[in-house]
Amino acid sequence: VRLQDLQQPAVSSKVFVQRDYSSGTICKFQTKFPSELESRLDKQQFEETIQTLNNLYAEAEKLGGKSYLEGCLACLTAYTVFLCMETHYEKVLKKIARYIKDQNEKIYAPRGLLLTDPIERGLRVVEITIFEDRSIGSGR
Amino acid sequence: MKNCEYQQIDPRALSVSPSSAQNHTEKRVQRPRRKWEVFPGKNRFYCDGRIILARQSGVLPLTLGLIVVTCGLFFAFDCPFLVKHLTVFIPVIGGVLFVFVVLSLLRTSFTDPGILPRATPDEAADVEKQIDTSGSSTYRPPPRTKEILINQQVVKLKYCFTCKTFRPPRTSHCSLCDNCVERFDHHCPWVGNCVGKRNYRFFYSFIISLSFLTSFIFGCVITHITLRSQAGKSLVQAIQESPARYPLYLVICFFSIWSILGLSGFHTYLVASNLTTNEDIKGSWSSKRAAEESGNPYSYNSIITNCCVTLCGPMPPSLIDRRGFLPIDEAIPAASASEIELPPFVAKNDAHMCTQSTKDVLERVVHSFDYQGLCPTGTPKTSPLALEVSSTAAPSPETSPSAGCSRQLARHPVAAPCPPFSSSNKRDSLHSINPAFRLASPSPSLSRTTLILGDAPDIGFIPLP
Repeated sequence: VRLQDLQQPAVSSKVFVQRDYSSGTICKFQTKFPSELESRLDKQQFEETIQTLNNLYAEAEKLGGKSYLEGCLACLTAYTVFLCMETHYEKVLKKIARYIKDQNEKIYAPRGLLLTDPIERGLRVVEITIFEDRSIGSGR
Repeated sequence: MKNCEYQQIDPRALSVSPSSAQNHTEKRVQRPRRKWEVFPGKNRFYCDGRIILARQSGVLPLTLGLIVVTCGLFFAFDCPFLVKHLTVFIPVIGGVLFVFVVLSLLRTSFTDPGILPRATPDEAADVEKQIDTSGSSTYRPPPRTKEILINQQVVKLKYCFTCKTFRPPRTSHCSLCDNCVERFDHHCPWVGNCVGKRNYRFFYSFIISLSFLTSFIFGCVITHITLRSQAGKSLVQAIQESPARYPLYLVICFFSIWSILGLSGFHTYLVASNLTTNEDIKGSWSSKRAAEESGNPYSYNSIITNCCVTLCGPMPPSLIDRRGFLPIDEAIPAASASEIELPPFVAKNDAHMCTQSTKDVLERVVHSFDYQGLCPTGTPKTSPLALEVSSTAAPSPETSPSAGCSRQLARHPVAAPCPPFSSSNKRDSLHSINPAFRLASPSPSLSRTTLILGDAPDIGFIPLP
C-alpha cells in the first residue's frame, strides 16, 4: 500500500479523561465513559484500559516494604544512589508506556483513536485523540 | 447512524525514514532547543537544564556560606584542641555531618519540587467547556472551584488561571516561581526553591542534619572553652585568650540552633501528621471539626505510616521535561532531531525505547501529513487540534517569542504552545523525548492561527466549539 493511497487522518477532536481524586492524591483516572467515544469504542474496552492504567499507577505508588527500603537506602547514601539507579516508579512508568503502545496498536488505532501517555500531560489527563472518519470508500 | 468504515491508522505503514535529504537540510537550519529554554515559569536553569532553581535564589549562597564558614572555623580551631584532648572522632563526625548537610541542601535547591506543567491549549479548552460560564460578560470570570470528596471529606479544588487547569488537591501555585507545585509546602528563600512533593524529604533531611551539625559544633565549642578554663584559668580568661571569633561564632551557633531546632521540630510534627506548612498555616484541617480526631483526609492516622509515606515513599518522577528537545523544523521535526540527538543524552536506553514507542506512533501519524506535504487547514476549531498532531516539529522560534514562550516572560498564558520541559537528570530521561511537546507546538505555517489564539487568553477564553 503506497502512502499516497492512504488517507491522512485528520484530528477531529480530543477527549480528556480527568483524574479521580476520591481516594486522595494517588494517580487514578476516572472510568466514566466519555460520550464522544460512544460511536467508536466499547464501554468495556475503555474501562478496562483505564482500570489497568489505574492499577499500574497504584503499583508505582504502592507503599510497602520495597519502597521503604528504597527510600531508606536513598537517605543513607544522601540520595546519591538515584544517580545510578532507576527508581521503582520509573520502572513502572516504562511498563505503562509499553502498555499504552500495545493498546494503541491493538485497539485504538484500528478505530481511529490514539491514546496519549498521561505522563506527557503531567499525569493530569489521559488524552484520547479522535481522528476524523475518512474512509476511502464512503460511497458518496 | 451512518455506516462508516474507519480509516485504520496503521503506524507501521506510515513510517518515513528520517534520513530523507529534504529533512536533513531543513533540520540543520536551527539549533535544536531544549524545553527548559522556553519554560513558562520563573525558574532558572543551569547545566543545560540539569539544574533548576527559583528566580530569586539570592539567599542560597548566604546559607551555603554560613554553613561552610562555621564548619571551617570549627575544623580549623576547635578540632586540633579537641582531637588532642578528647578523641579523633570529633572531626570525623563533624565531617560526615557537614557533607550530609551540604548534599541535602544542594539536592533540595536543585531538584524540581513537583512542578505541574501547564495545560496544553486543548486541555484548557476542554476544561473551559465544562465550566459553566453562561451569561458572564465580565472580563475575568469569578474564581472557579470544584468540590470533590476525598475519603468522605469535602475538598475544594481551585482553578489556576495561570496554568489553566484545576489544581490537584494539595497543590498550590507559587507566585515567586510562577508554577503550580504539587504538595506545596512553602517557598524557602534559604534554599532558593519551593519545597514540594519531590524535594520535601531532602529539605527535611537538610534541616535535621543541620540541627545535628549546629548542636554538635555548639557542644564542641562549649567543651573546648570548658576544657581550657579547667586548665587553671577562669572562664572569662579562657574566652579572652581565644581568638576574638568566639563571640560571633557562638552567637551564630546559638541563634541558628534555636531557629533550626524549632523548624525541625515543627516539620517533624508536620511529617507525623501528614500536613504541609501551607495547610497548617491556612488551618485547612483545623479544629473546625472538633468532633473528628483528624480533619486531614490525607493522614493515615498513624504517626509511623505518615512518616514513612512522606519521607520514604516512592520518589515521583519529574513531570516537566527539562532536557527534552523542542521540535524545530516542520518536516520530521523532533522525530529525527530527537532520535538522532537525544540518544547521547539519554542515559538509559530502555527509557529511550519506551518513550520512543509512543513517539513512533505519533510520528507516523504526523509524518503522514508531512510526507504528503499536506498542511492541515481548516477552521480555527480544528486547526489548533490539527496543529497539535501535525506539528511534530518546530516550535517555530518565530512563534515562540511571539507566543510569549520565552523564559523571561513569567506568565504567558495558554496559547503559547510552548510546552514545559522535562528534568535533565539521567534518571528522568524517561520524559526527555516527549512527543507531547512536539504536539503542542504549532507548525510555522499555522503560526498565524496560533497567534490569534495567543492574543486572546486574557479576554476570557476562546470558546472552541
